[in-house]
Amino acid sequence: MTLAEHGGASPPGAGSPPAGLAGLPSLAANPVLASWLAFSPGGTVTIFSGKVEYGQGVWTALAQIAAEELDVALARVAVAPVSTDGSPDEGVTSGSLSIQHSGSALRQACAQARALLLAAAAAKLGTAASALTVDDGQILAGGQPTRLSYWSLASPGLLDREAGAPVPVKPPGRWSVAGRSAPRLDLPDKVTGRPRFLHDLVLPGMLYGRVVRPPAVVAELLSTGDPELPPGVVTVRDGSFLGVVAPADATALRAARLIARAARWQVTESLPDAEDLKGFLLSAPAEEVPVESRRDEGAAATASTVRTAEYTRPFLAHASMAPSCAIARWDGGAVTVWSHSQGVFALRDAIAAGLGLDAGRVTVNHAEGAGAYGHNGADDAALDAVLLARAVPGRPVRVLWSREDEMAWAPLGSAMLARLSAGLDARGKIVTWRQHVWSNGFIGRPGRGGEPRLLALAHLAGGRPMSPAPDGPPTGAMGSTRNAVPGYDIPDLEVVRHRLLTMPIRTSSLRSLGAFLNVFAIESFLDELAECAGADPVEFRLAHLTDPRAVRVIEAAADLAGWAGRPRAEGTGYGLGYARYKGLAGYCAAVAEVEAESDVRVRRLWLAVDVGTVINPDGVINQVEGGAVQSASWATRERVTFDRARITSVSWDTYPVLRFTGVPEVAVRIVAAPGQPETGAGEIAQGPAAAAIGNALADATGVRVRDLPLTREQVIRAIEEG
Amino acid sequence: MEQQDLHVTVNGEAHALACDPDSPLLDVLRAGLGLAGPRFGCGLGLCGACMVIIDGKARTSCDYPAWAAEGTTVTTVEGLADGDRLHAVQQAFLDEQAAQCGYCTSGMIVAAAALLAASPAPTEQEVREALDGNLCRCGTHGRIVAAVLTAAARHPGGPAAP
Repeated sequence: MTLAEHGGASPPGAGSPPAGLAGLPSLAANPVLASWLAFSPGGTVTIFSGKVEYGQGVWTALAQIAAEELDVALARVAVAPVSTDGSPDEGVTSGSLSIQHSGSALRQACAQARALLLAAAAAKLGTAASALTVDDGQILAGGQPTRLSYWSLASPGLLDREAGAPVPVKPPGRWSVAGRSAPRLDLPDKVTGRPRFLHDLVLPGMLYGRVVRPPAVVAELLSTGDPELPPGVVTVRDGSFLGVVAPADATALRAARLIARAARWQVTESLPDAEDLKGFLLSAPAEEVPVESRRDEGAAATASTVRTAEYTRPFLAHASMAPSCAIARWDGGAVTVWSHSQGVFALRDAIAAGLGLDAGRVTVNHAEGAGAYGHNGADDAALDAVLLARAVPGRPVRVLWSREDEMAWAPLGSAMLARLSAGLDARGKIVTWRQHVWSNGFIGRPGRGGEPRLLALAHLAGGRPMSPAPDGPPTGAMGSTRNAVPGYDIPDLEVVRHRLLTMPIRTSSLRSLGAFLNVFAIESFLDELAECAGADPVEFRLAHLTDPRAVRVIEAAADLAGWAGRPRAEGTGYGLGYARYKGLAGYCAAVAEVEAESDVRVRRLWLAVDVGTVINPDGVINQVEGGAVQSASWATRERVTFDRARITSVSWDTYPVLRFTGVPEVAVRIVAAPGQPETGAGEIAQGPAAAAIGNALADATGVRVRDLPLTREQVIRAIEEG
Repeated sequence: MEQQDLHVTVNGEAHALACDPDSPLLDVLRAGLGLAGPRFGCGLGLCGACMVIIDGKARTSCDYPAWAAEGTTVTTVEGLADGDRLHAVQQAFLDEQAAQCGYCTSGMIVAAAALLAASPAPTEQEVREALDGNLCRCGTHGRIVAAVLTAAARHPGGPAAP
């Protein structure tokens, strides 16, 4: 896998990496050691990463890796904010790849820096470097203090050199900082309410902007109506892009509301029928791309029972707790942006390309936003801020989206349909499998498909509508067909992607991409096939798996949940779901307990995961718990609604998510995998948790619901149709 | 808009703040007093990110008009700690690592502090019900409930009233 395939920008000017760094893509692209770490005055180490923090705890894990390799206390390590001006370009923070990419680069850069400093110490002491050790940054010779430390040795420019061939790094067996749960570095600020988020940043002379979005997905601004506005308000209009700048946010908001009331628009009804998503997905023009083909006609011919089923998911919203926010300053030809984007380099390039600027004059600084679960409105808000700042040169302008705009205008996770058919032989083994997936693309971040892909560009005078989102290479690891290739031993198999070539509703990356539906579909279907074969769901899966790591997580989840002794109670059911994320990353198995009385209620989830070598166990557990809860919310509650012109699920009332009284209890077990490489943990629970819930619901009710979300209404419909 | 003086005690300090009486209390706290803890999430009182304690009760401040806060005592998350000593709920949030992005955290902590002040030994179900108006999108609910129960268990008589 290359960085580019996973949503990262191709590293600019990377050329050919220094010898031996091919397995360290981030370091190969940014080989100078000083771009990864600096020994700062006061006895601290500052590390630089291109990966941004948005609540997943990545900075804490990266700091643990650096502290471990340098032999310094974790408290000495500070993580520098990410900026196009100074941070290593590691593409986008996505795809659960931060520990693999940034972590491996930092570990190797720290090991090489440590070796350089020990060589300098050895020269000063007239001893061999092999006789020296490090204790919290102090150099010891034969175990005795030398008065030398990293900070006394780190001469200016020492790290301004390219990484050499990889040096050995500390084996996990000798770790004392990494591999153990460490408290998150960012939480003390967050529990005391200290300014931490971009939303809290106040720059000198800052003005406040608001955008007046069109009243429909496709609408042309006819006139602003020229309402009387509060004093000091600047109106910005360019084509159908409309916004205001004011001395205070409250004034900007009032002015934006006055303009929204007065403006006249030509609205075009451009959206499909929300009540017939299947019809939309199957009738829209699409490109058909083979994803995987392993043909074994002999095996396929032994099928004695054949089943076919269709599974769907609706459009899903990120629905982050904070609306998108950005600050921009326009100084002559230079633009400075503050954004909670997941990819500051791609955003810089997209702003430059979209507005015809030199990318070298655009700087994007990252500041934390609320949780990001994929490509949300952060990048679009950044362009909004630039467009408004252009009207008031020299003054920073901060733009905050409304909750309604966040829900209506941020990219969404695509609706999808998966059509599965499979054949069982007389012994109840799956011998043939077909999977066809219809979806809009998931790879719609800035720069993808050679387009800036920023919302307001389509609204500017002369702007063109955004082209349908790409979907990445047609593999089982990417886009809508992520995890569309079942991870089971099946001799005859074919998987096909149907990417829609029209995009009435804008789509892009949402946590786990197509894996959420594909795993839900495959694992639901597996239970249906197990029933045909008269087999227990766990036994049926194990009969089709040879990978020992897969077997271990399924057995661990079943054990954690007490699967074998699960109680039988009216209206309550148990189900299991399993997947190896992307077919090549972390393993996850989930068991759900669902109660289906007056409503569908997920009461408990048990998950077992194998994510290879673990840096911060509590961080992994937190990510898996959170992923499972969010998946339960998607699976049982969430659905973007729309009429023929606009998104209508624009508030927490119209887009309900699970709350405290509805969330399941979650238990997570990490299955140790010594010696296995690190994989991400942030997305592995999405598919298995939803699948487990679907199977538990079927167990509880006796009917199979194949269309998400799994609501009471869908159960009733399935009973009526059944 | 006409400005009026709002008399309000925030985190123990009395203020007379010139503001538009119809503006949300959240704006007064953030823009007027420079407090970052109460956060804007939805503007309709539906998510709890902006929660503060007004005269002992946890309330959303994004839909609470400034005029209604006249003469009240307001505590934000910034006002919970006693100097360097964190409030029991804040400490428990750290101990349980009860957050991911942390955007909802100050509202959660404020709501939990108000709950424990009124009901020092809540059941788990009571905690869930008390926090049901506070949304978390990262899915850290279980940790948050555990943190509130931990804080309660450590202070059977109730933590210092906020």
